[in-house]
Parts: sequence; structure tokens; C-alpha cells
Amino acid sequence: MAGGPSASPPQRVQLFRTCLVNDFLPEAGIAAVGLLERAGCEVEVPRGQTCCGQPAWNAGFREEARAVARHALAGLARTEGPVVIPSGSCADMLVHQTAELFRGDAEWSATARAVAARCVELTAFLAGRVASPPSGTAKPAASRVKTAYHPSCHLLRGLGVREEPLRLLAAVPSLEQVPLAAPEECCGFGGAFSVGQPDLSGAMLERKCAAIEASGADVVASCDAGCVLHLAGGLRRRGSRVRVVHVAQLLDGGAA
Amino acid sequence: MSAPTPFTARVRRAVRDGHLHEAIGRATGQLEARRGAAFASLEQAELVRDRARHARLHALGRLDAMLETFERRLTENGVRVHWARDADEACRIVARLARERGLRRAVKAKSMLSEEIRLNPALEAAGVQVVETDLGEYVVQLADDRPSHIILPILHLTKEDVGRVMERRLAVPFTPRPAELCRVARERLRGDFLAADLGISGANFGVAETGTICLVSNEGNIRMGTTLPRVHVALLGIEKLVPTLADLDAMLKVLARSATGQKITVYTSLIHGPRRTPDEIAPEEVHVVLLDHGRAATLAGEEAEILACIRCGACLNACPVFRAIGGHAYGTVYPGPLGSVLTPALRGLPEWRELPEASSLCGACREVCPVRIDLPRMLLGLRARGVARHGAPLRLRLAMRAFALLATRPRWLRLARRIGGALARRFARDGWLRRAPGLLAGWTAHRDLPAPARRSFDDWWEERRRGRA
Repeated sequence: MAGGPSASPPQRVQLFRTCLVNDFLPEAGIAAVGLLERAGCEVEVPRGQTCCGQPAWNAGFREEARAVARHALAGLARTEGPVVIPSGSCADMLVHQTAELFRGDAEWSATARAVAARCVELTAFLAGRVASPPSGTAKPAASRVKTAYHPSCHLLRGLGVREEPLRLLAAVPSLEQVPLAAPEECCGFGGAFSVGQPDLSGAMLERKCAAIEASGADVVASCDAGCVLHLAGGLRRRGSRVRVVHVAQLLDGGAA
Repeated sequence: MSAPTPFTARVRRAVRDGHLHEAIGRATGQLEARRGAAFASLEQAELVRDRARHARLHALGRLDAMLETFERRLTENGVRVHWARDADEACRIVARLARERGLRRAVKAKSMLSEEIRLNPALEAAGVQVVETDLGEYVVQLADDRPSHIILPILHLTKEDVGRVMERRLAVPFTPRPAELCRVARERLRGDFLAADLGISGANFGVAETGTICLVSNEGNIRMGTTLPRVHVALLGIEKLVPTLADLDAMLKVLARSATGQKITVYTSLIHGPRRTPDEIAPEEVHVVLLDHGRAATLAGEEAEILACIRCGACLNACPVFRAIGGHAYGTVYPGPLGSVLTPALRGLPEWRELPEASSLCGACREVCPVRIDLPRMLLGLRARGVARHGAPLRLRLAMRAFALLATRPRWLRLARRIGGALARRFARDGWLRRAPGLLAGWTAHRDLPAPARRSFDDWWEERRRGRA
């Protein structure tokens, strides 16, 4: 990762590591810590983190979603500085959805708004801090890893983060980006949707996996652990050799 | 697994229908590309979209007054206005108009509202012969099929399919050539137009300040069907108004681009009433039927915003679920994201709860909607209302209770994770499971399931912190 620490004192940031990263993709969280520290941040991980409540919110269980969201918001409200989230969909939950969740509840909607204003998705945060072009020289094309980027829906359309991950990936000399057909079409994860509507979700996944295989990519990267696990599970079931990683892992140089 | 519902059974059939996917994939892909290009050619497109949204919301926000103005202007223009509370009343009104005037042969423009109220069977029962004159609807009628898309009724058919339908029903030689198929339809329909005494249409918009009925088409069938017959009946949902002709300009700019990727449709008809002089080519009588059928109640509820929909179909074309199953599997007149909100809103949530569930909430519909309707917000709202008012399966309720319990108690969650992780890893190969029990069986039906990592991020962070201390 290029850029390096700026001259100013390190900025304190809170890493909301998300439940999926914690349990299933800790490498992505570890990579995020490395990236943030090299970008001149002092990383803190607020204790007692569990989940943002999105699984219940998406399934229509508002009481349960509120209980979990209150836990997440209370933990974050006690801290200071930007809340960096290595997930587009959890970031969208905290930035946009919790306000709707607590509509009509003055106290908690105020907390939700205050926390929302501090939340930022990892690549959007990094892109805002890394100003200088990459220091390393590009490797010869033959030795670069063919990489396809899968834009997750909530990152793309919820938060409007379209270019940042691509720009960061383009600065990694060991990667060669390859395009996907219908790149912005959903992979069919959708949280509980993948479990509750297996036929629909499976059909969408199949289209996405076919597009990935046709792209000739060695690696697919996304900014959401949900999509990463969904695509990895789908490609694995098909017997594909394409690896699926979190964008943070590629930026950190660990997976390429 | 529990027995599939009719909806899930239709979905299962549709996702395996390769022929259907070929037809849908080609059409939706082309429409999406054309839509993008058409909007790129529109100056200040985002502002026009804002203008269009505002016009619709403004009309909905004061719909009572708008409808009164509209009715007054229509009446001044010599149009007769009828109010229908529901589908049956609307059908009875049209049937009565036909009976009283001895009208026996109707030509009909494409109208989703007429599908919604099932007008054709009602008229046929009343002894009126109805011919669909939109090419797609004509084929639907010949095939005794149902439209699968609100703009392109035969999106689910290939040109070969259409050739076979015409061969079978019209006794013409088989051909898959679109130009030839159009020629056959045009020749047949010409006679129907000339013989018709009743023209039936929907309406794309009603303009309140002028009492204008606006209809757009590309085939010329609407122009003929609303001018040649002696009587024209236009059906409008009460939500279809815009305040002024200037608003209509913004609506037409976004409608054609969103629906078919055109800058403007080939025909745009602005109808103001019956003929005023004997030599004017216009009907002797124009009637407008204004239909509620659940709209007023919807306007007062959480899904009011869906009434701003202009039926362009862009959300269908952009929707990955629609692309996977086509229109018929939804089992509604209005398929796709718009229908998954509108149908439960108009017809009742208990019966139509599965529709809002059938979405990954990817937001592609909201992104393409020309009037920026927040469809995902309403899909989520309908899910929540379903759970709160009509309950949920026990298995899901228990899972959500457990989730809320554990995700608010970090220590319990850590313990549950340790036990669950160890269990999963016992049955996993290389960290992956091919089969899982309970709710997770839905996941493993189509993909492998990862077992939780041996060392969580929190474990790593704790070790690192201690190492430093």
C-alpha cells in the first residue's frame, strides 16, 4: 500500500470488524488493521462488538434488529474518531438503515445519527487518505495476478462507493484487473435471502459464477465478507479454482 | 424442507427454464443498454428526474383536489367521467356503456389496468368481442397466454414462438421473421379497427389542469383505436395524475427513455374529448373510468410512494430476480420490484407476503427508477409488517430470538461461537461443509458453507494486544 504516514500525528480510528469478518474471514480484518496503520492511523477495536443487527433488519424482525443495533451503537458511541468498517453492507446499515430502524425514537435515533456521521467503509476511508501514486513499479504483465472486482450492492448503490476500491486495486503493482460481464449485478447473497430463497439466490449466484469463470480471473475480490463467502461457496461447489478474497487482503499484499 | 408453496414451485420451474432465460436475458440486456444511452442524451437528466418525481408526489400529496380539478376539466371538455370503487364496478361500467349503446366490437390498447380488473372476460361475458391491438398483447390473446412484462407483454417468447402461435391460430405459414409476423398482424387488425364501435385504452397520464388524457405508443394502434370507433373509454387509476402540461413534458422525457430507450415514442396522443364538428376524426363519445381498487387505502399507508410509479418497466429489466424467473412466476399482473410492493399494498399483505421476500435488496430498481421510488425501503417495510402482524415460521422466529440474545451478550456469543465452530469443523473438509441442517440447508442447496475460522479476528487482536503489553 502506497502513501505512508502523513506528517500529522496518527489519527485514531475505531475498527468495527463486523461479525462475518470476525468469525469467517479474520484475514480481512487483520489486513484492514495493517492498511490503516500504514495509512497513519492508530487503530482501536471497541470491545464487546457483535453485529450491526442487519440480519434481523433484513428479515423484518425489527424488535430483534433494534436490540442488536442498540448494542452496537452504544459500544461505538463511547468511542471517538472515524468508525472504519470493512463491509459495504454493514456500513450502509449503520449509515442509513439504523436511522429508519429507530424512526420515532428520539433518543436512539439521535445516537444512530451521531454514529452514522462517523461511519465510513474501509476502501472509501483509505482512498481519502492515500493521495500519492504507488511507489512500486508495475511487474511484467505475465507475472501479475488476474483480478476481478465484484462491487457489492450496498457499497455501490447504498453508499455510492464505485471507484475507490478500483483505484486502490489499480495501485497494487502485482495485480492485473480483468473486467466481469454485468459487473454490477447482484451475486444473490442478500443475507437471509440466500437461506430463505435458495432457488432464486442460487440462480443469481450461478450467473455470477459463470461471469467470473468467463473473465479468466485468478482471484475475485469484494469489499463485503458476505459476498466473498457466497462467491467462494458457489465457486467451490462448481469445482472452480478461482480464489475469492476481501479487497483488503489484496491491498495488504497478503493474498496476491 | 417444508412443501413448496405455489410461488416457490413457480420459481423453481422458472429458474430451470433455459428457453425462458434465453428470451429474457437478450431482451433485458438490450433494454438496459438502450436506457442508459437514452438518458446519456438527455441534458440535465438528473434534474428532469427530480422534476418528474416532484410532479408525481405533488399530485399524490393533494390527490383529492387534483381529481376534482381533473373531473371538472374533463366534463368541460365533454368527456363523461365514471368513478369505480373496485374492479367489478369498473367492469360493470364499461359493460353497461357497451350494452346501452349496442356496442359489440371493441379494439383495445395495451392497458395493465384492464389486466388488473380482468376486463376482457367481463366484456366477453357481456357479449362484446374484444381484440387486443398492441402487437404483443395480440399474440398473448392468440396464445391464450398472459403478459409477462408491463411494457413488453411477450418478453417470455422468442420470435420462433410467435411464429408458431400465428401459424396455429391464424392458419398462416410458419415464419420467425419479425417483419413478416408484423405484416400478418397488421393486415388482420386493420379490419378489426375499421369494424370496431368501441375503443378501450388505459392512460399513461391524466393532466389535471387541462383534463388531458395522455397515451403513448409505437405501433399507431392507440391512435387508431381512440379515433376510429364511435365510443372511446379510457381507464385510469386515480393515482395517474400530473398537475400541469409542463409536468407532462418531464414525464414523457423519462418515460420513453426508461421504458424502451427512446427519446420519445412514435405516437404521443393528447386526448381532450369527443368530436366537436361532424367532420373531425374523433369519437362521438369519450368516457373516463377512474378506478380506486385499493389505491386510496395505499395512499394512506406506508407504501404510498409506490403510487408515483409510471409503469415504465425499468425496474423489471434491472432486477436480477426478474431476470432469473421472468414475469409469470410472480403470479401477479404487475411483476418485478414494483409489483412486489404494489401487489401486497393493493391486494393485501397476507396473501402476497412472499413477493417482498423474493428480493436480495440489491437496490438496482431504485437506481434505475425514473422517479426515484425507494423500492427496497418498502420491501423491507412489508417484510417487517408481515412479521409483526401475521407472524413468521417458528424456526425463523427462534433463530432470530437466539440471534438477538447472543448478539447483545458478547460473552455468550463467544461461547456459542466456540461450540458451534468446533462442531462445524468436525464435519468440514478443508474448512467447508457440503451439507448443513435446519435453515442453513437453504445455503448448502447451492453452495458450500464455510466453517468458522479456528482463530477469530478478536482472538488475533487480543493476542496482539497482549504481545505488545
